[in-house]
Amino acid sequence: MDFQLNAEEEAFRTEVRAFLDEHLPDPVPENDADFLERWNRAVREKRWIGFNWPAEYGGGGGDLIRQFILKEEMSARRAPALGTDFMGITWVGPAIITYGSDEQKKAHLEKILDGDTYWCTGYSEPDVGSDLAALQCRAVLEGDEYVINGSKIWTTAAHVASDIFLLVRTDPEVAKWKGITCLLVPMDTPGMEIQPIPNLSGKASFNQVFFNDVRTPASNRLGKEGEGWRVVMKALADERSGISESTEMLQHLDQIRDLAGQSTRNGRPALEDDGVRRRLSEMEIRIEAMRLTGLRHLTDQLQGKPSGSETAINKLQRGLLEFEMSELTLELLGTAAQTQGPLQHEALAWHGTVIGGGSPNIQRNIVAERILGLPKD
Amino acid sequence: MNFGFTEEQDFLRDAVKKFVEGRAPIPSVREWMTTEDAHSPELWSEMARLGWLGLLVDEAHGGAGLSWVDFVVLLEETGRKLMPSPLVSTALAITAVREAGSPAQQAHWLPAFAEGSAIGTLALLEAGDVMGLEGVHLRAAVEGAEHVLEGEKAFVQDVGAADVFVVAYQVEDAPALALVSASAPGVSIERRASLDETKRMGTLRLSGVRVGPEDRLAERPAEEMISLLEDCGAIAVTAEALGAAEEATALTVQYAKDRVQFGSPIGRYQGVKHRLADQWVDAESTKSLLYYGAWAIENSREELPRYASLAKAYIADAFTRIGVECVQLHGAVGYTLEYDIQLYLKRSKWVRPMFGDSDYHRDRIATLRSL
Repeated sequence: MDFQLNAEEEAFRTEVRAFLDEHLPDPVPENDADFLERWNRAVREKRWIGFNWPAEYGGGGGDLIRQFILKEEMSARRAPALGTDFMGITWVGPAIITYGSDEQKKAHLEKILDGDTYWCTGYSEPDVGSDLAALQCRAVLEGDEYVINGSKIWTTAAHVASDIFLLVRTDPEVAKWKGITCLLVPMDTPGMEIQPIPNLSGKASFNQVFFNDVRTPASNRLGKEGEGWRVVMKALADERSGISESTEMLQHLDQIRDLAGQSTRNGRPALEDDGVRRRLSEMEIRIEAMRLTGLRHLTDQLQGKPSGSETAINKLQRGLLEFEMSELTLELLGTAAQTQGPLQHEALAWHGTVIGGGSPNIQRNIVAERILGLPKD
Repeated sequence: MNFGFTEEQDFLRDAVKKFVEGRAPIPSVREWMTTEDAHSPELWSEMARLGWLGLLVDEAHGGAGLSWVDFVVLLEETGRKLMPSPLVSTALAITAVREAGSPAQQAHWLPAFAEGSAIGTLALLEAGDVMGLEGVHLRAAVEGAEHVLEGEKAFVQDVGAADVFVVAYQVEDAPALALVSASAPGVSIERRASLDETKRMGTLRLSGVRVGPEDRLAERPAEEMISLLEDCGAIAVTAEALGAAEEATALTVQYAKDRVQFGSPIGRYQGVKHRLADQWVDAESTKSLLYYGAWAIENSREELPRYASLAKAYIADAFTRIGVECVQLHGAVGYTLEYDIQLYLKRSKWVRPMFGDSDYHRDRIATLRSL
């Protein structure tokens, strides 16, 4: 056990800090498109988007420890995200790197890093959610094209996406998880219809996507036919580890502390209230546990040990935490919590994040069955 | 950067596991529980021979010269089977002497602790039950070069087994620490019956006990030492509690696999399996905080107070929940004396207040952040 960074790692931390001094104003501008454009160009030039992707695909070729340092430093200064195509960077790109053909790598990876694409993900269907392997959206190979019919639902960002990472059933005869295939389909393909579904904030964030004889070249298949389940298991693990990163939570906790610093409870500063102080500490405890669990996971990865369980730990921790954090935010706003505002909407948005990548109860099933060895439902 | 254990640490864990399983199975624990001090001198000398009592003592003083991370590995495994022993108490006394003892005190006490001929313990708390310097009201009168102690220390762990006490007191409006031998004139003890019978504590009475300059632990400021000892105590208790919490979950997972109701093992029902999954997540999260905190004792002391508080706050609440839930998931047999799960429930009650409960540590975390 040794948490000291070596000289090269320390030098990298210094480099990141110097970069932030130069490129990140304090306070960080909000809703400033010009700033975001400059920021994205600068971090892209440093090859910090897709930091651990191989350099040959436009990534940074960086190791996991430097990536951890990078994310920590970025978070400490409340820097904007590295890259704009969140799903592309977090799981679609890594899936293409693992399972894609050379043509697919050339066609997609640089674009994801440049922010020229915006991927969405087609897993859930009207009758298929947590039991994902039961999906029905059908794709039939006709010549060198797949013809897709069916629909996907709860597809986040489909209304603004350029491409969809799509799971389809190519073989209805075999065991349900064996007949699934993954396709990479441009959203402007004829036959696709997108119907936004307003979320409880009244905003369009997810959609139902209909496929009516949508034709896409067989060369858009990721991996082999019937290999879709393997592809998606890796993608889900990447998604969960992306969701469960503590850096975003640390930024959120900072915001709540700021809010508490400006709020009063019963006419007294909120930070003098024992209840508020203890709840903030409890959040700090859980987020710090997440951060260190992430580091333990990193060590396992570096030593080539099988991974997986740590992502379930943090996904569950985050699921529980985010409700507590959004509730405290609303309480600190007092009666004004009942009025419309950005913090109020952010507090509601957590109700969507907690489901993404599998609800807390699905994570509990995974832990209970795969790790504790309890019988399956 | 490396958040893993070394091969030697893995060997140590295996060795302790085997020892505990062979020498201290639960039926033996239940026997030791009925003895006056819940302490087996035979077990203690075997552990001394294995080098575990001197794990934190440097090699020059007859110890193994290992670290708190190693000690945490040991405590997780003894805690797993609720092995009763003054291991934590003595390790804290070792830490006091190592950090604040003179060369002569170190030469006298450290080899004795390592070979098992002396058992030490802390006597910091008083009847007011307040942690830190604020709780220290015992006053010493000054007579020449000697301090004369008159009063009581409360909640002293392993009070009956201890040969020497690390006593905190006030003298001329400044805090001080001294080693007081159990056999010194004016020293008496009162054992108190405990809820967790694998743990013992009681009151230390000091009537005109004379402390000479050679007894004082004065190489480091007492205020700093009290804080350090409480942080190390929180880490040690968390390590023991983690092992116990994991074992409580393991016993209950096994019960949930074996117990059939409504035609199915109860572990198939989400009402059961989800609670066990949460327990596993809590244990894993505790490990992350605990191991970093243990590492900080020797490698990053300025971070220790925060991490000791993070870890102890987490385990205090988590183990409390685990104790309650595991007994409940056992159904009626969980309420019997016969099943072992009740022993873990009682241990969770011991762990909660020890070196600060979760509210104490949450308040401290906020204060450390200057909120």
